Amino acid sequence: MKPKVVVVGNGPIGHKFLECLLELQGQSESYQIIVFGEEPLAAYDRVHLTQWFETRDAAGLNMVPVNFYADHQIECISGDKVTSIDRDNKTVTSTSGRIESYDKLVLATGSYPFVPPIPGHDRKNTFVYRTIEDLEAITTAAADAKVGVVVGGGLLGLEAAKALHDLNLTTHVVEFAPRLMAVQIDDGGGNLLREKIEALGVSVHTGKNTQDIGNGESRAHKMCFADETELETDLIVFSAGIRPRDELARACDLRVGEKGGIVINNNCQTSDHDIYAIGEVALWGGRIYGLIAPGNTMARAAAHDLMPTDTKSEFDGADMSTKLKLMGVDVASVGDAHADTEGALSYTYVNEVEQVYKKIVVSHDKKHLLGAVLVGDAEDYGTLLQFSLNKIALPENPEILILPAFDGTAGGGLGVDMLPDAAQICSCNNVNKANLVEAVQGGCWTLGQLKSETNAATGCGGCTALVTKVLNAELENLGMEVNTDICEHFSYTRQDLYSLIRVNKIQSFDELITKYGNQEVIPNLGCDICKPTVASILASTWNDYILEDKHRGLQDSNDHYLANIQKNGTYSIVPRIPGGEITPDKLIVLGEVAKRYDLYTKITGGQRIDLFGARSEQLPVIWKELIDAGFESGHAYGKALRTVKSCVGSTWCRFGVQDSVGEAIHIEQRYRGLRSPHKLKMAVSGCARECAEAQSKDVGVIAVENGWNLYVGGNGGMKPRHADLFASEINTETLIKYIDRFLMFYVRTADRLQRTSVWIDNMEGGLDYLKQIVIEDKLGICNELEKEMAHVINTYQCEWKTTVEDPEKVKRFSHFVNSNDIDRNVVFVKERGQIRPATEDERAQCQEQQSNKVIAIAG
Amino acid sequence: MSYEFICSTTNIIINSGRAALVEGQQVAIFRLQTPQGDKYFALQNYCPFAKANVISRGIVGSLNNKLVVASPIYKQHFCLETGVCLEDEAVMLKTWQVLIRDNNLQVIIADQKTA
Ligand code: SRM
Ligand SMILES: Cc1cc2nc3c(=O)[nH]c(=O)nc-3n(C[C@H](O)[C@H](O)[C@H](O)COP(=O)(O)OP(=O)(O)OC[C@H]3O[C@@H](n4cnc5c(N)ncnc54)[C@H](O)[C@@H]3O)c2cc1C
Ligand code: SF4
Ligand code: FES
Repeated sequence: MKPKVVVVGNGPIGHKFLECLLELQGQSESYQIIVFGEEPLAAYDRVHLTQWFETRDAAGLNMVPVNFYADHQIECISGDKVTSIDRDNKTVTSTSGRIESYDKLVLATGSYPFVPPIPGHDRKNTFVYRTIEDLEAITTAAADAKVGVVVGGGLLGLEAAKALHDLNLTTHVVEFAPRLMAVQIDDGGGNLLREKIEALGVSVHTGKNTQDIGNGESRAHKMCFADETELETDLIVFSAGIRPRDELARACDLRVGEKGGIVINNNCQTSDHDIYAIGEVALWGGRIYGLIAPGNTMARAAAHDLMPTDTKSEFDGADMSTKLKLMGVDVASVGDAHADTEGALSYTYVNEVEQVYKKIVVSHDKKHLLGAVLVGDAEDYGTLLQFSLNKIALPENPEILILPAFDGTAGGGLGVDMLPDAAQICSCNNVNKANLVEAVQGGCWTLGQLKSETNAATGCGGCTALVTKVLNAELENLGMEVNTDICEHFSYTRQDLYSLIRVNKIQSFDELITKYGNQEVIPNLGCDICKPTVASILASTWNDYILEDKHRGLQDSNDHYLANIQKNGTYSIVPRIPGGEITPDKLIVLGEVAKRYDLYTKITGGQRIDLFGARSEQLPVIWKELIDAGFESGHAYGKALRTVKSCVGSTWCRFGVQDSVGEAIHIEQRYRGLRSPHKLKMAVSGCARECAEAQSKDVGVIAVENGWNLYVGGNGGMKPRHADLFASEINTETLIKYIDRFLMFYVRTADRLQRTSVWIDNMEGGLDYLKQIVIEDKLGICNELEKEMAHVINTYQCEWKTTVEDPEKVKRFSHFVNSNDIDRNVVFVKERGQIRPATEDERAQCQEQQSNKVIAIAG
Repeated sequence: MSYEFICSTTNIIINSGRAALVEGQQVAIFRLQTPQGDKYFALQNYCPFAKANVISRGIVGSLNNKLVVASPIYKQHFCLETGVCLEDEAVMLKTWQVLIRDNNLQVIIADQKTA
């Protein structure tokens, strides 16, 4: 007979224990396993409990893989509570009357929320926040409620407050201590956190001692506080701390702590060596660890004790550092956040404008980091945690770890090479640097592979950035060369091709592929990757008309038709509206043209007007009209300059300090038509209020009293990035000079389809290096860059103008080479007074019978 | 079997395509320059992924020794010789044979029975 382990409590830690045990089973003798859980569901992820609100479906939180119990012959008994332990006979008894013997017993009973014994604490519609059932009950009650109060302003209290807020209740947080999150953060951080939370519309009341809860006048309850103030509410959630569920242990005389918790040793054994306690019920070193990571370590230690192997695993305390997002606010606390260590010194950085608070606590000799508090911006958490955990020697001026890196120099970015092998990178899953490095060496070359191999970054996610750094550093150490060939036709990067074309004065794709194409590839015709790339480089360099016969076949479909192709094969038309400024007359022309050709009209996100639904053969006709009215191509179809957004600026706005519209127009006209590795967007704001959102653009210009601040590398879109400040208080001439150089350097060196944001992020030496090149002319190329730009500017032509003036070119826009017919498959439907492409069903319907809802737009 | 005249070969720029109307069907005609001389292809113009008549506007080239066109909307590649989609071999474009006589481009239309 196999020895038998009984686990009491099927929460995250009980489950972790099962996983650890199974992992070791292969190596040693195996056990018969039974797990009891009081809750109706098997283990679910309590850490992410709040996510239940997103789907209101418990399935998303489930931690147990399908068939887990059956596959491993574990007996899982849910909805049955263990009520007593008989240590003499080594049995446990449950509510349902079940009696199970055990050889080893593991108590993973967790904790329960503490509800202060205030008179009225058990009134109707008072809740705690611990289980899925709690959340269900809160949701039901919230449906008829208007106001909700959370008692307790700690970590969980704020999470509960967020939930009430999201349930559309007017939400209050009532905290006994003088600040929020009293355990983890200090006064400064607490105050900032409070401001931020109040800004979200949640009221915070600190220093409030609730004395009584009774009937309210306008709401269900009235809470009365010691300072004689009152608060009325419909429902109350208590989140005033947790207490270990040690009742079973007490009843069978296991040793427990004064304030509760089952006392354990480093192997997680209780005073009875056949009984273990792990997770939130366990007391180690006089302390309860209310976090998941220490619990996981305990589970591992207990499993190792049951299954002795060569590798020892013990629990010897845990770091309680935490990083979280509370109501959208980044908050982190590392080590000795309160500077309790003797002789500890601290540095504080407070930025009231951006609402950031950072503090570090260092040892008296300033050699080691003891703790830190971050509110509003917790990006430095990983670095600070490593400094503190691994006792890494601090730089001479420790404050640089938290000071912003304005000029790109400072910034305590920690080279991962400095970390010892044993440095714990992922505390949730106890993965250290050596584990990661080993996995990378074993072939995990992507973050995804590394995560599934090591489990790192699969818990709270707080370590993801650091794991990525280790991955990249190790890939570099391995001398991994990623194949950077642009495609099978050229063994070159885009950057190489650019140089080849410029230096050897190559004028066409054919010439390039004949001289530099891969000779093994037959027939060597290029493809839809290298052709548009080369087309773009040729255009940036020589700026020929892109529809010349030798270039036309290279162009991406949009460039090919000088318009953006839409889902039904029709095109959209976006004339340039520099800076977003447009005269009423021009607006009328757009309206008239749109009406005449029945085009769908929309204001774009780039401050201009898009006309959709033109068939290819209509494009030249429509453009002819637009050009006659003074419009020109907007290059919405090109990897080229798109728009330069502006705000109204000093001309009208009472706050404006410069003419932002004028400057936006100036800039847009200067760079219109410039082809680049990816599209380029710019903006000019008239003052620091930044209504043009310049900091989200590739090039952003913000007016200041004495000139302009220039920002580069911003991005909206899929992965937003704020632009970096590149130069301050420069005059217009310098501004243009820098932009010329910046853009041309980007055109020269970026990868295909790489926006400036990613280009800068990937640049070795980063922003600093870029400044050295563009501002200090470190490479001595600024002259060239300016000349190259001047060539592009001087050879600008409106591609549409050139096109409509050439009848041969116009002919190519007809849909068929052998017929004047139009594409009969293009069908539109009217919606909200305008056309839209018909759906497939609608198209079929239209083909069957000409119903009046569906209109075929015939020529 | 019959031939339908489409256009002069000079109407199609080298290494690109045009659409043609052949017996009411939309056909994408391509002209590619290869070491063995110019080659012409005819495939259905309707892209089954985009559900629009756009194949003729795709970029042509070669991939793994196959001559291909990339649909301009979602960029799937189709083999010019067989019409088979490289990304999903279950998807295939209809193809026609092309005959060049004195610079006249003709498409061969198979009889219904033999088709
Ligand atoms: C029309 C417009 C939406 C609208 O109705 O407002 C639009 C439409 C398209 N956008 Fe956009 N974007 C439009 C403003 C934006 C903006 C806002 C802005 O420019 O201020 C952004 C975020 C800012 C940014 O780019 O940083 C934006 C981020 C994107 C992205 C993501 C780029 C990125 O780096 O993450 C794509 C995808 C891409 O380029 O790969 C995209 C791609 C597209 C494409 C080209 C998708 C496609 O391939 O068909 C759409 C074609 C439009 C067409 O046929 O005309 N569009 N797109 C806007 C045209 C502005 C203009 O006047 O030129
Ligand atoms: C809303 C919320 C957010 C949190 N966020 C974080 C976070 O961001 N980071 C972090 O590290 N931690 C967080 N925690 C804490 C984390 O969830 C706990 O540390 C973790 O759940 C402890 O696991 P456990 O298994 O020890 O206890 P529990 O999760 O409490 O599980 C114990 C289980 O045992 C059952 N049980 C108890 N007694 C018996 C009995 N006699 N018989 C049978 N079954 C019994 C209980 O019903 C329960 O299901 C959060 C907790 C909550 C509630
Ligand atoms: S957001 Fe997406 S759907 Fe909307 S216009 Fe941009 S690319 Fe098209
Ligand atoms: S530290 Fe939580 S997932 Fe790694």
